[in-house]
Amino acid sequence: MFDFYDRWSGYIDLILQGALVTIELTLLGCALALVMAFVAGLGRLSQHWYLRWLATTYIEFFRGTSIFVQLFWAYFVLPLLGLPITPLQAAILALGLNVGAYGAEVVRGAVRSIGREQYEACIACNLSRFQTMRYVILPQAFVIMLPTFGNNAIELLKGTAVVSLISLADMTFQAQVVRAQTGSTAVPFITILILYFLMASAIAWVVRRLENRLTEGLEGTRK
Amino acid sequence: MEWSWQFVEEILPDLFRGFLVTIEATILGSIVAAILGLVFAILRRSDNRLISRPVGFIVEFIRGTPLLVQLYFLFYVLPDVGIVLAPLVAGVIGLGLHYATYTSEVYRAGINNVPRGQWEAAKAANLSSFQTWRYVILPQALPPMIPALANYFIAMFKETPLLAAITVLELMNEAKSIANYTYRYIEPMTMVGVFFLAVSIPSVVVLRWMERRFGRIGQE
Repeated sequence: MFDFYDRWSGYIDLILQGALVTIELTLLGCALALVMAFVAGLGRLSQHWYLRWLATTYIEFFRGTSIFVQLFWAYFVLPLLGLPITPLQAAILALGLNVGAYGAEVVRGAVRSIGREQYEACIACNLSRFQTMRYVILPQAFVIMLPTFGNNAIELLKGTAVVSLISLADMTFQAQVVRAQTGSTAVPFITILILYFLMASAIAWVVRRLENRLTEGLEGTRK
Repeated sequence: MEWSWQFVEEILPDLFRGFLVTIEATILGSIVAAILGLVFAILRRSDNRLISRPVGFIVEFIRGTPLLVQLYFLFYVLPDVGIVLAPLVAGVIGLGLHYATYTSEVYRAGINNVPRGQWEAAKAANLSSFQTWRYVILPQALPPMIPALANYFIAMFKETPLLAAITVLELMNEAKSIANYTYRYIEPMTMVGVFFLAVSIPSVVVLRWMERRFGRIGQE
């Protein structure tokens, strides 16, 4: 047991450093994705055709190509086009924009699932369009979005593994380093598989907690 | 750096060869995912907890971890225990296994959508468990699942570039080797994006048609 610890402690440290990068990428990527999801999702529901068109183009483009292609494009092509970008920025940009496009569809679906009578009541109360969204529609729609947002966040976490291919030192990258240095494959890969699974479980747990809190006292929800 | 159409024309045959590998991996992976997903779904419904619990955990575990790491695992770790897989075989198994955990959810939703009365009627007609599945449940459950399954197969298509990491010479890898050889990144990388859009946009149209034709279930 102690032999095992002596041999692996340095490598485990390396993997844990990678885990921090993975967590950082996941948090920042989720933040960007959340913003993009609301901007594009509400953009698709806008009254102005050009906003709808812009949002639709964004969503279809990012859903139509893979995260992998987008990441490589951001990493290799943007600097050549004269936009200096670090690997970390490229990774957050690609992850956030990609998952944001999926999230936008969730926002749109949830907002549209709110009944007509809610809108009519807002008109009757003489609320502005902004007030309607802000105080009536979104608080109800957000509860519907939450479970799917949780799934999207887990997808984003899994997407971060891809950044190891543009030489960002995340958990998968460090596992490859350990593999190269020790020649052992099973230990580093099983370790990171378990760590990824724990992170995904943590996201699922947080979302479930949040859902329970937000649905408290709401009509027609479980519990 | 300037965009050069002539260069695009030169690299197109190589990219197309990689594209065919991408399609091959997607089709084979879809077949694995479709079959394995059904197996997972049926095992998870088993009354025997010794079967349903472990299968449930395995499915959750595979779904909670990145495909890339699973591919590395298949490609680098399995040889240690004597299982050496060709890159494409490892890739197809990885894609199929990963997406089977998603398709099993589609199957589960589809199976749950079959009314209870059908199960009871099958029991009343003294059908065996196999006959119930084969002649009563699956024929009703499968058609509405088709669009949701197709949705995941499109998602799988978009994940095939990951196979480049385990040395499969598919579209992305061809583009990368061209880029490394010529030091021109804009054209190959952009063309990869174009190839992907050229497949995924028409397939979304087909998907919408399927949703109208078969109805939709189990999608988020």
